[in-house]
Amino acid sequence: MNKTRNSLLTIAAIVVFFIFLWYASTHFNKYSIRIMNDVAIFMMLAVSYNLINGVTGQFSLEPNGFTAIGAYVSSLLTLTVAQKHAMFIIVPMIHPFDTWHLPFLAALIVGGLVTSVIAFVLAFPVFRVRGDYLAIVTLGFGIVIRVFSTNAISLTNGALGLKGISESTNLWWSWGWAVFSIIIIMRLVNSGYGRAMKAIRDDEDAAIAMGINSLKIKMIAFITSAFFEGVAGGLLAHLITTISPTLFTFFLTFNLLIIIVVGGLGSMTGSIIATVMVVWGSELLRVVDQPMHIFSITIPGVPGMRMILFSVLLIATMIFAREGIMGQREFSWNSFFNMFRARKQR
Amino acid sequence: MNFTEVIQQLVNGISLGSLYGLVAIGYTMIYGVLRLINFAHGDVMMVGTYIALFAVTTFLLPWWAAFILAMVLTAFLGIAIDTIAYKPLRKASRISSLITAIGVSFLLENLFLVLFGGVPKAFPIPKIFAGNFNVGGVILPVVNIFAPILALVFLFILLQLLHHTKYGMAMRSLSLDIETTRLMGVNVDAVISLVFAIGSALAAAGGIMWALKYPSLNPLMGILPGLKAFAAAVLGGIGDVAGAAIGGFIIGISEILVVALFPELAGYKDALAFLILILVLLFKPTGIMGKNLGGRF
Amino acid sequence: MRFLSKLLFIFTIMLFAGMASSSSFAKTVKVGVVLPMTGPIASFGQSAWKGVKIARSLEPTVLNGRKLKLILLDNKGDKVETANAVSRLIFDNKVSAVIGAVASGNTMSGAPIAEKAHVAMLTPASTNPLVTKGMKYISRVCFIDPFQGKVAAEYVYNNLHAKTAAVVVDMAQDYSVGLARFFMKTYRKLGGKIVARTFMQTGDVDFSAQIAVIKSHHPDVIYMPTYYQSLALFARQARQFGLKQTIMAGDGASEEALIKVGGKAVNGLTFTNHFDPKATATPLGKKFVKLYKTKYHEDPSAMAALGADAYFVMADAINRAGSTNRKKINTAVRATKDFKGVTGIITLVNGDPVKSAVIQKVENGKFVYVTTINP
Repeated sequence: MNKTRNSLLTIAAIVVFFIFLWYASTHFNKYSIRIMNDVAIFMMLAVSYNLINGVTGQFSLEPNGFTAIGAYVSSLLTLTVAQKHAMFIIVPMIHPFDTWHLPFLAALIVGGLVTSVIAFVLAFPVFRVRGDYLAIVTLGFGIVIRVFSTNAISLTNGALGLKGISESTNLWWSWGWAVFSIIIIMRLVNSGYGRAMKAIRDDEDAAIAMGINSLKIKMIAFITSAFFEGVAGGLLAHLITTISPTLFTFFLTFNLLIIIVVGGLGSMTGSIIATVMVVWGSELLRVVDQPMHIFSITIPGVPGMRMILFSVLLIATMIFAREGIMGQREFSWNSFFNMFRARKQR
Repeated sequence: MNFTEVIQQLVNGISLGSLYGLVAIGYTMIYGVLRLINFAHGDVMMVGTYIALFAVTTFLLPWWAAFILAMVLTAFLGIAIDTIAYKPLRKASRISSLITAIGVSFLLENLFLVLFGGVPKAFPIPKIFAGNFNVGGVILPVVNIFAPILALVFLFILLQLLHHTKYGMAMRSLSLDIETTRLMGVNVDAVISLVFAIGSALAAAGGIMWALKYPSLNPLMGILPGLKAFAAAVLGGIGDVAGAAIGGFIIGISEILVVALFPELAGYKDALAFLILILVLLFKPTGIMGKNLGGRF
Repeated sequence: MRFLSKLLFIFTIMLFAGMASSSSFAKTVKVGVVLPMTGPIASFGQSAWKGVKIARSLEPTVLNGRKLKLILLDNKGDKVETANAVSRLIFDNKVSAVIGAVASGNTMSGAPIAEKAHVAMLTPASTNPLVTKGMKYISRVCFIDPFQGKVAAEYVYNNLHAKTAAVVVDMAQDYSVGLARFFMKTYRKLGGKIVARTFMQTGDVDFSAQIAVIKSHHPDVIYMPTYYQSLALFARQARQFGLKQTIMAGDGASEEALIKVGGKAVNGLTFTNHFDPKATATPLGKKFVKLYKTKYHEDPSAMAALGADAYFVMADAINRAGSTNRKKINTAVRATKDFKGVTGIITLVNGDPVKSAVIQKVENGKFVYVTTINP
């Protein structure tokens, strides 16, 4: 009975949330809507990133490279043929890519799929050997993507980048995908595959001894992450409408790392809470860079202070509060109701 | 390309490779002992060059004193990073220390950006490093000769230390099993500190050579050499000190040769080290020195 | 619930931080500034900001005594951050106009937001022709890439009498790609020959291979429209390996660090630029250079001068608009005519200035003014 009640409650919560979105899209100012879009995309990224890092325990630094792929692929597909011909002024785009055109949703999905394929190519040699190298391989891959998108002019338009991408991403698209990705990933985490991922994280040798195919499970986690990161990249590209090789720097990955660490490695609920805190908070924290006036004392602003604070936050969380906000716990309706029941009894 | 040009490019490659090698040694030692990819290693190199810069320009030390001071202070920085950021996490899951390593790397970069700004600083080149030799049309800047020699000297000293001293034995023992080593009565923390000190001092040496060759310092200068040095360490067989140096030479030479032989591919140069890394993992994960780390595979 | 208390704690801190910053003064005119203060192109943002600050201390008020308040947001040289920052300035801080950003790519990601909100966005240094193309609210105070590439080609061919050239392109900068393209077009039209074209990337430090390629083609001149970091190291290595040709560059060369890092090797390096501190003809320019020197003990770079001009043009436009109405300010910005700024006399046509370029070169470790080329 609890099960049906819980699924009904989940559906109801999602409906309420989308009613709120409808209200927001008609009443909020554009800056707030932009930040809400950012939050949705980051939430999607954080949850997928947590799947490989937190749930499966394989340290990876892929998000900036993977979102860049998703962004490029989907943008190249939604740009009209005429736009492409007008934009590639140095070298014309190679045939047949210049003639392809897809609607937004299809382009996003293709972007996600291409990212998954690349994830497979990257991770296979790494997971076959030892997971340790995943971090450095994915970190290097971010640089390779930059190098490639800069130099493969006939495909990416080089440093000039792509402009005039349709502004298709709105609250419905971004939050629709965010909710969808959270549901899929949560279902994965709670399935047999998810338990295998956690087993690998906690003790890989023991997991293998139990008959878990660790290469396959790690690949599933990584490729799923990659798909949603690719889609998120596409959403981001269609939000800011212009992309170039320097679009996704390592800072994006660093931000996501902070989110999943602060939220609690392995906890999707934690990632969701931390996304809201970090994306919204980093907008608030801009004040650290500006001069502050407190009781008529002026503290001169130091640009870059914010980045230092973030680094210290990351190190300190790892050393003193490794659990983050949520540890490895998840939100569930049962514990939600238990909270009230426990209070009543008191 | 004629013969002189080939020699010229090879010489250029060797001197670049020796710098990667110096940085790679620190990477490989720390990984060998702690199984930790010290992402901050490239940034430690950067800090080393800044210390040398200020020792020369602000404190007016002679160049050799400045270089030694930079290596000593950077060694202490390495120990400090380990003690503050990695030591509390020795018992935690490996991912924790990897995350702090990224944090330390980002902290050093941004701290230096805030302190010294993003505009590159000029590194003063001492007179004895400034000249050029011309051997039959091949131009040899003094630094290009000095850097490989220095790298080989350091490598020799280090190998002596590793194989003929008690500390070396302790380090080799640590790389096999930390807990057993502790049971043998070795002061594990002291030895780990020594590893960080040596690795960081060598990174500083590499950084100073780097600065003598490319006298333009900025807080982000350590990122790419750091990454390439890691690729060099894996290529050489991670955990193997001599292998790291050899890996460094190979990556340096191949980078130079790619640009020299295929000028139109020059832009892809930075992807090369990474490509080598992937290929090594695919075909010979233990690296060219073939050392097996005793893992499952 | 431990995590709830943690959450509360963090939110309280954020709230306090937010309140501390929002102490605004009545009757000020707010102008947003978006510059890369951190990240890979931080040095340009920091230079431009120095210029803006000096300009503000020279003209702190507009509209008969109302203080002009600058709100600086760091975009880290990042597109997403730029879009967010512009959006925040316009919809949250409710600024009357925006100055920024530096890199063309960044400006272009903020531009659609300003355009839709009908807010004037004035960039000090985005030289890509596409920045203002088809836009009604985006303007700039710097000349554009095609003009600069053309000026360089004409100077090299006519004044340096160079009949063959090698070109080094930084593939990672649309700026460099654009300049090289327009240089080659004009140079060929004049009758010159491009004998070698090699590539590099921002952040490269070793140019020995490119130098070998150039050396084997014996060009009369090397055109390398890249930033000063690469130029300084390239020049050092080129001289080391025996290349003696003049190196011609663009405005990216203009930074003291070029000389500090390049040393003797950059002597003779010639480049097109927006401005020369010694050749400033306008009273405003002279005042600016003087104050800048007393404050920072160095000559202002072109980036600082452009930052200042962005401020001055904006302040002038607000005065002419006679109000803080965003549309009126934009109309005034776009109608700027014969404004005697720091970098020359500025007249905006469709948001792009028609103004002169200067040729500078390095001589004995100093930037020397060579000549001015009028459009």
